[in-house]
Amino acid sequence: MRSAVVDHPLDPTALLAEVASTSSGASTLFVGTVRRVNDGKDVTGIDYSAYGPMAEAELATIVAEAAARFGTERIAVEHRVGTLTLGEASIVIAVSHARRAAAMDAQRYLIEEIKKRVPVWKREHYADGSREWVDPTAVPA
Amino acid sequence: MELDVLLFASWAEALGAQQVRLSLPSEPRVADVLAAAEARAGGRPLPRPLVAVNHRYAKPDTPVRAGDEVALIPPVAGG
Repeated sequence: MRSAVVDHPLDPTALLAEVASTSSGASTLFVGTVRRVNDGKDVTGIDYSAYGPMAEAELATIVAEAAARFGTERIAVEHRVGTLTLGEASIVIAVSHARRAAAMDAQRYLIEEIKKRVPVWKREHYADGSREWVDPTAVPA
Repeated sequence: MELDVLLFASWAEALGAQQVRLSLPSEPRVADVLAAAEARAGGRPLPRPLVAVNHRYAKPDTPVRAGDEVALIPPVAGG
């Protein structure tokens, strides 16, 4: 198991190789990327920032939960911070397991819990020059 | 008791600082930190944060002690 918050571009295939094993029948790779349109607005980039020590602690907790719950320690997660442009990866999650169903369930658990709990924030840049902190709890206007 | 509280994202931007010093009642709890922070924010339209004590999310009745690392956690948006 390994998880980290990093400030350099992510390498999905490196994480996939890191978790691979001949005892695994399935490996899953999730890559979250910066999308052009959010809430109808034209996004040009995103600043990701984190509360570093807590983000790393919370990531490690979630990875340990997934390992215990789904029965594999072959999990690697990296979350990137800094300014990302369209299409760049903000998060990579690699899971390897003897069985595909458990690998996919663990993958889903990891990304959903990370989105809910890890103290990372994003400020979107829009084509009109404005910038805004994304608040997933906000009621749409 | 005076306590330095870490700020992030929208809260750091609105208050123009990475941390603020708050005056809290004696034997404060997390709810006192939130109340003092919201008073400091004045009428700014900020999302309600959670509070972390020593890198863990804390409940409103969690005690806060001198030397704890306390942070306001605005709604997270990672992934």
